[in-house]
Amino acid sequence: MSGWFVDIVWADIAQACLDTLAMLGGSLVLTILFGLPLGIALFLTSPGQVWANRLGNGALALAVNLLRSVPFIILLIVMIPATILLVGTSLGVAGAIPPLVVGAAPFFARLVETALRGVDRNTVEAVRAMGATTRDLVWRALLPEAMPGIVAAATVTAVALVSFTAMAGVVGAGGLGDLAIRFGYQRFQTDVMVVTVALLLLLVQGIQSLGDWLVRRLVRG
Amino acid sequence: MIRLDGVTKRFAGGAVALDGVTLEVARGEVFGIIGRSGAGKSTLIRMLNGLERPSSGQVLVDGADVATLDEAALRTLRRRVGMIFQQFGLLGSRTVADNVAFPLKVAGMAARDRAVRVAELLARVGLSDHGAKYPAQLSGGQKQRVGIARALATGPDILLCDEATSALDPETTRDVLALIADLNRDLGLTIVLITHEMDVVRQVCDRVAVLHAGRVVEQGAVADIFLDPQAAETRALLAEAGEQGPADFAEFAGRVVRWTCHGDTIGQPVLTMVARETGADFAILDGRIGRLRDERYGQLTLGLSGGDTDAAIAALGRYGRVSA
Repeated sequence: MSGWFVDIVWADIAQACLDTLAMLGGSLVLTILFGLPLGIALFLTSPGQVWANRLGNGALALAVNLLRSVPFIILLIVMIPATILLVGTSLGVAGAIPPLVVGAAPFFARLVETALRGVDRNTVEAVRAMGATTRDLVWRALLPEAMPGIVAAATVTAVALVSFTAMAGVVGAGGLGDLAIRFGYQRFQTDVMVVTVALLLLLVQGIQSLGDWLVRRLVRG
Repeated sequence: MIRLDGVTKRFAGGAVALDGVTLEVARGEVFGIIGRSGAGKSTLIRMLNGLERPSSGQVLVDGADVATLDEAALRTLRRRVGMIFQQFGLLGSRTVADNVAFPLKVAGMAARDRAVRVAELLARVGLSDHGAKYPAQLSGGQKQRVGIARALATGPDILLCDEATSALDPETTRDVLALIADLNRDLGLTIVLITHEMDVVRQVCDRVAVLHAGRVVEQGAVADIFLDPQAAETRALLAEAGEQGPADFAEFAGRVVRWTCHGDTIGQPVLTMVARETGADFAILDGRIGRLRDERYGQLTLGLSGGDTDAAIAALGRYGRVSA
């Protein structure tokens, strides 16, 4: 090493950035797509709600808890056969997305459930008392009322996904985390480590600021 | 209009919220249900629009047994039964106008008709200038007015009030109760309200049921319950509201009677007239003069001595009701 930052292949860094963003974007969209209905179902089947159902709620909670208790690094490996079945490969960005979604969706679902629980009980009762269908209750009352909380939940989930993508590097997913491990750690290129960590920091800051700004815009009065 | 017949509610775990409640609410009256927290009031009022279902017994609203209605029929019923809440239950993410429009939207009314109806409703509750605001920008009293406008949106025959004034200060409470009384008079709404405050019952109700530990311990016209309470629980509630002092006048040497009068009798010099006529002397041991809804009433605990006390009691009976 003749000096800092001299040996960095910037094209690799750029590619890693794109990979990380692709993994993050793809998995975040799918996590919301699967996690949101799951969170709504967890809430609606809980005691006192419109679909109150001890058995159904228990089954959903068990599935969510099981998935959440598997460490992500283990989930990555356990899911390899299922991932190959789903997307044809367990490598690269595509191979990383299924485990990322399976790891993050239950987490996001719990956060959504908590956000829905924060909606005033009287408001839910008032909407039911005016003769609304369950669909109206969910789409026109619960989700709009809980939207700041749900956006905050998506922000937290996106930040968690950034660190998951770094781990996904272990199974050959690529991305900034993978770069940090292969060059920064295994080849002692401290400068690569510094650059990737700085980029990850920027990414997380950006996500958090965007999320906070959205939440502020959504809160009324 | 509304009839409950032997309604019992047992919750999972065995707690009994309601125990054989039977009562009837007539069309166009304001019916109060009073009781402490935990007496079962909330469960009872939620039976009337099917938010709760009885474990046994019948809840009849306009002849329909609420417990047997399917989801669609229940939704139709709920559009005819408005409800307002202690914590208002407004949608914080929507403007005042959108909150009032919400039940109309849910009922499938066209946007143009909605706007007209919302303007009408906001004018009715005195909030015409506040349609574009969000609930968080309103005072408690204004929030409850939005709640009332929303409850009236679908033109219901029945309005349920769940501790509607318990979160409001005394002055705002009076305003909101006055509005409720106006709606009862102007629209002929049948109103069922639950409360833990005797004052609310006194200001707006025609009849009242006293609920204690899931049972109706006493019910009747507000004047009777107020002036001649029978159940110990009713007396306790009245005493807490400062409505009745200690009732023990055993140390008084003469005869002690309670005299109750209504309306125009107040303003007449009844005591001095009776005193001149019979030679009896009166000591006023306890008393109250007030208003029950629109009617004035007075109730005095009198100690009689000297002269012809029997004649004096008979004379008092001509102007009001005498009880021991």
